[in-house]
Amino acid sequence: MPDYNEFLARIFEILKPFAKQGLILNEETELVTDLGLSSLQVMELIERIEDHFDMSIPLNILPDIRTVHDLAQQLEKLTRS
Amino acid sequence: MSLFDKFQPIIDIQAELQALGVMPFGAITEKLLSSTEAIVDGHKVILAGTNNYLGLTFEPECLEAAKQAIDELGTGTTGSRMANGTFAGHVALENELAEFFDRRHAIVFSTGYAATMGMGSTLAGPGDVIVLDADSHASIYDGVRLGGADVIRFRHNDPADLDKRLRRLGDRIENTLIIVEGIYSMMGDQAPLAEIAEVKRKYGGLLLVDEAHSLGMLGAHGRGVAEAAGVEDDVDFIVGTFSKSLGAIGGYCVSNHDQLNAIRFAIRSYIFTASPSPSVIASTRAALRLMQERPYLRDQLWANAQRLYDGLQALGLQVSPQVSPVVAVTIKDRNQAIDWWNRLLQLGAYVNLVMPPASPGDDSLLRCSVSAAHSAEQIDRIIDAFASVQGSAQAL
Ligand SMILES: Cc1ncc(COP(=O)(O)O)c(C=O)c1O
Repeated sequence: MPDYNEFLARIFEILKPFAKQGLILNEETELVTDLGLSSLQVMELIERIEDHFDMSIPLNILPDIRTVHDLAQQLEKLTRS
Repeated sequence: MSLFDKFQPIIDIQAELQALGVMPFGAITEKLLSSTEAIVDGHKVILAGTNNYLGLTFEPECLEAAKQAIDELGTGTTGSRMANGTFAGHVALENELAEFFDRRHAIVFSTGYAATMGMGSTLAGPGDVIVLDADSHASIYDGVRLGGADVIRFRHNDPADLDKRLRRLGDRIENTLIIVEGIYSMMGDQAPLAEIAEVKRKYGGLLLVDEAHSLGMLGAHGRGVAEAAGVEDDVDFIVGTFSKSLGAIGGYCVSNHDQLNAIRFAIRSYIFTASPSPSVIASTRAALRLMQERPYLRDQLWANAQRLYDGLQALGLQVSPQVSPVVAVTIKDRNQAIDWWNRLLQLGAYVNLVMPPASPGDDSLLRCSVSAAHSAEQIDRIIDAFASVQGSAQAL
């Protein structure tokens, strides 16, 4: 089972192209406010994580996710349940 | 900060459109000339985006049935099915739907939205799982969110992706509802239901299919994609609407599961709303009968669909992936889509303008839908209108 740090590393990798000049991705980076992801792009991010870790991510967790940290934490929670 | 802040993006778009001089979502149909022609915003137009697939909205038998119901039963039931709102017609329609679909049970709802939303929110609750096609209609998304089950999407029309997701569920498959549509409302593409049913047989779960846009269009009896694919036994629930091929308003769910009679009393969108008006029930019953008596309407519909699809494709437009009564033209740029929509209207073709998030991707759509009642000449006029808008765009 992947842990928090593995999820984090993967998320950073997927998000790298979205980090505009000068922005350094960290756990507190906000997906929508800082990176400007559209809802469609958030879904793409989710799909890529699903494929990579061979897991399904329920839509229900999305309202609780604002930052990279939130996402990694929710993913870790999912693998534990 | 105020409650109104979140509406600012809509207000901004409205202002932008007003500056362009078009109000695409405020077009007013002033007069109906027939089931395929109308006066819209002062223009005489061919109705090319109405979902009136079988063209039954002005059928004399439907009009007569509705008028008689108004005379005998009044304008409305003024109550819920569970209180004073169950009239003989509602029960008769449920029986007729069950018979038509060859299933034991049927429920009639006040709208298709209430049917889909209600079934989605009631069948699966907290602790249960919903696995749905990513391009599902808003009524499906609204329902499953309300129900509180874990909601998992699979890639649009991708049985292999569905397979992966059902496999990952393990034991939870026992509490899982799979939801797909028959014909997808925006692009008109069909679900690969035979393959989806095969995946369901492999893992389990229950399958609900929303045939809103396929009733009367496919299958030997016109029961939809499930019938056409030969997998009706694998489909646990079919939901749909009276607002498209049957030309009225209202929705239904049919099933062979005896539990449907208990589920009925748990669906809040069935209980806490007034039942359909008697005239609506009467015209729907007449339309359901006519749909069965006139299978040739289906052939006309598909001939028209093919004609429009071929014509628009020949113009080099980016049409939807599959021939169907819904023919969507993708226009990447939103403002261009608005401009084209506006000019099509002026040229006498009234189509649907669909922008994200209502369209499946980032693009906008000019969504056309054909009717069995369109003449070949009307279809050609729709194509001509597109050709002329495209021609003037290229001349720029
Ligand atoms: C797939 C689908 N389901 C449900 C509905 C809701 O039906 P109605 O408009 O009749 O309420 C629609 C149409 O709007 C639809 O396209």
